[in-house]
Amino acid sequence: MPPKMAIRRLDFFYEKKQALFGLSLDIPANGILAMIGPGGSGITTTLRALNRLYELTPGARMEGEILLDGKSVHGADVSVTQLRRRVGMVFDVPTPLPVSIFDNVAYGPRLQGQKSKKILEEIAERALTQATLWDEVKDRQHTPAMRLSGGQQQRLCIARMLALEPEVILLDRPCSGLDPISTAKIEDSLTLLKQQYTIVIAPHNVQQAGRVADRVAFLLSGRLIEEGPNGEVFANPRDPRTSDYITGRFG
Amino acid sequence: MMKTFREKLSGRVFFALAVSSIAALALITLFILVKGLPVIRSVGLFKFIFGMRWAPGRGEFGIFPMIVGSVSVTLGAALAGVPVGICCAIFLAEFAPAPLRNIFRPAIQLLAGIPSVVYGFWGLLFVVPLIRDHLGGPGLSILAGSVILGIMILPTVISISEVSLLALPRQYKEGALALGMTHWQAIKSVLLPASKSGIVAAVILGLGRAIGETMAVIMVLGNAVALPHSILDPVRTLTTNIGIEMGYAAGEHQQALFATGIVLFVIIMLLNSAAQFITREKKHK
Amino acid sequence: MKKARRREKLARAVIWGAALLVMGVLLFIIAHVLIKGLPVLSWEFLTAPARDMGRAGGIASTIVGTLLLTAVAVAIAIPFGVGTAFYLAEYTKEGAVTRIIRFSAESLAGIPSIVYGLFGFLFFVVYLKMGWSILSGGLTLAFMILPTLVRTAEEAIRTVPRSYREVSFSLGATKWQTIARAVFPSALRGIANGIILSVGRCIAETAAVILTAGSALRMPASLFSSARTMAVHFYTLAYEGISMPNAYGTAALLVLLIFLINVVANALVNRFVAKGNK
Repeated sequence: MPPKMAIRRLDFFYEKKQALFGLSLDIPANGILAMIGPGGSGITTTLRALNRLYELTPGARMEGEILLDGKSVHGADVSVTQLRRRVGMVFDVPTPLPVSIFDNVAYGPRLQGQKSKKILEEIAERALTQATLWDEVKDRQHTPAMRLSGGQQQRLCIARMLALEPEVILLDRPCSGLDPISTAKIEDSLTLLKQQYTIVIAPHNVQQAGRVADRVAFLLSGRLIEEGPNGEVFANPRDPRTSDYITGRFG
Repeated sequence: MMKTFREKLSGRVFFALAVSSIAALALITLFILVKGLPVIRSVGLFKFIFGMRWAPGRGEFGIFPMIVGSVSVTLGAALAGVPVGICCAIFLAEFAPAPLRNIFRPAIQLLAGIPSVVYGFWGLLFVVPLIRDHLGGPGLSILAGSVILGIMILPTVISISEVSLLALPRQYKEGALALGMTHWQAIKSVLLPASKSGIVAAVILGLGRAIGETMAVIMVLGNAVALPHSILDPVRTLTTNIGIEMGYAAGEHQQALFATGIVLFVIIMLLNSAAQFITREKKHK
Repeated sequence: MKKARRREKLARAVIWGAALLVMGVLLFIIAHVLIKGLPVLSWEFLTAPARDMGRAGGIASTIVGTLLLTAVAVAIAIPFGVGTAFYLAEYTKEGAVTRIIRFSAESLAGIPSIVYGLFGFLFFVVYLKMGWSILSGGLTLAFMILPTLVRTAEEAIRTVPRSYREVSFSLGATKWQTIARAVFPSALRGIANGIILSVGRCIAETAAVILTAGSALRMPASLFSSARTMAVHFYTLAYEGISMPNAYGTAALLVLLIFLINVVANALVNRFVAKGNK
């Protein structure tokens, strides 16, 4: 099966500082790819390149190619807004917009012109259920999202992204700063979601990668060190730097 | 298709709106210059600015006494308002207990919002008689104007100075205290020098406000067109000259008032540029 | 060491003294106006037309004049001021263009109101033949409050967290959609605060208004009528000694209005800040 997304010889720069060096990586469909590595390895940069969100950062530019279903995401016929709907993203800090829970989830569909209250309610129920938040908020969907707990806010952000029915989901340390129970809930929903979606996650620690990932990619200082199935990378790392990192010798 | 059109349109519309400030400034400059310059040309720039006689009926237009009036009242306002204002800013930034600060700040905003005519009237009722009875002269005087304007520039001086004091890194003060300085020594020898450019900008903006004020000073300055000999003498400023005579001026007389406006405008632009320059210098450092 | 302590005490005393002096003066001015003016305020004073040049009767026409003039000024200045702020904060990088726009706005902020009055008289009253009218006065005040609106709105837009924009873009929003649906609602309080402060400036302004809106005491019939605002009315009554009680009544109403405006503006900002911190 061809990969859902593919990164080909990606060089990435912030002004003159290079952040990624010739990165090539396949993102297989319907699975979870975990990108691990110490801070500053270029993982967030990679994620933000996949949905072209880096273009908001002044001075950021890339060379190389990123493919979605075999077609370049920079192609002339690709609209960046369409791309970001197909490649959804959740950030490391929960970022609900300062409106109600319902309006947060409805934000994306409304952008596409969906006005029907009934359809929006259906979308909200489906997305909130997928994010395992429905039972907790179904009776107070019209209260401010800011009143939710941190873990609930992050699941709301996942629901908000799922409301668009994306094909690929990018999660940038989605559980950093969350309590273990919230983290477990999010991990549970990820294992359900991967049957339908292609997921790339930057886990907040190596253990999380071990728990949820199908494949693992290890990056160091902007270079891909090794990539392979979860079991293999953790059991028999080919590169000594990988084993140093996963056994906690640095990072 | 529709969407990209809207995207482009929104950018253009915002740009067009943003040009309004430039257009407004250009329009104001243009109209005042066109109306006022002919009279400066016919009288002569030197005679207009340094002329001692203002007699519109006889076509004599010299505004030197008013320039002296504006400058003296503005300097007086600075003497009266700046030390008090800076002390008040230090009070708010360093000494005031939180509840007091929460009363003070809105109170100073209120001070900024009160109509200038109310200040002028208050000055006429209280400051002018006080000066007349205790210091002599007509009471309507440079001193009265300075006191009123000194009060009116307080909000500007206080708020901008306070902001620049609060913007200092905490380590400055902690470092100074760690060296064994008293609180006042730390303020005097570390905090005030470090926020100097902000305070200078505050003072300049305050001066700009003072020299541009009209209604309050009309009521307390006496408005005589003559060189003052002491701070107890009445004067006329550039602004009050316009404010008093615009109501009935016509022809060349009206043009001469616009020419007065030009001089005022130039002074203000110089002050503003100085303040902008100083704050920008600070940012570059 | 002893000297330092004595100095410390002296400095404290001077600084506290200055602060109390400022508060004392403010209280004096406000108390004086309110004590003399509040007894004059009555329903009749607020709703009756002025008679005998303001010696008798109420101030209804000046209240209407003030409101209309302010409404015209604010309605016209808001799109330009807020639009400029969005352009500066969202649509452009810092460069020559923004420097010129900022320089213009800051210069406008420093121009004395009497110069705005001169300009408004020449441009609106004479050149565009609008005469002394609410429209001329309102347009002149719109020029005057433009820089305040630009500054406060730009600050409000810049305090909207960057993450809101990223979230919106990541959900497939275009730039315009992001600004209209994520940034604008979050900046609304700050923008409203700026608008309210501008309303305060319009209400308090005298010099620019006299030269552009005139001082007719009749009830304005349309935006093309000349009108006298409360501030101008107070000035005329007080300075020409027409009626002290009515002057105080007008001043008290002005001060109360300004007080109210400040309270509302502060409430907006404080809740704005509290929300941003969460």
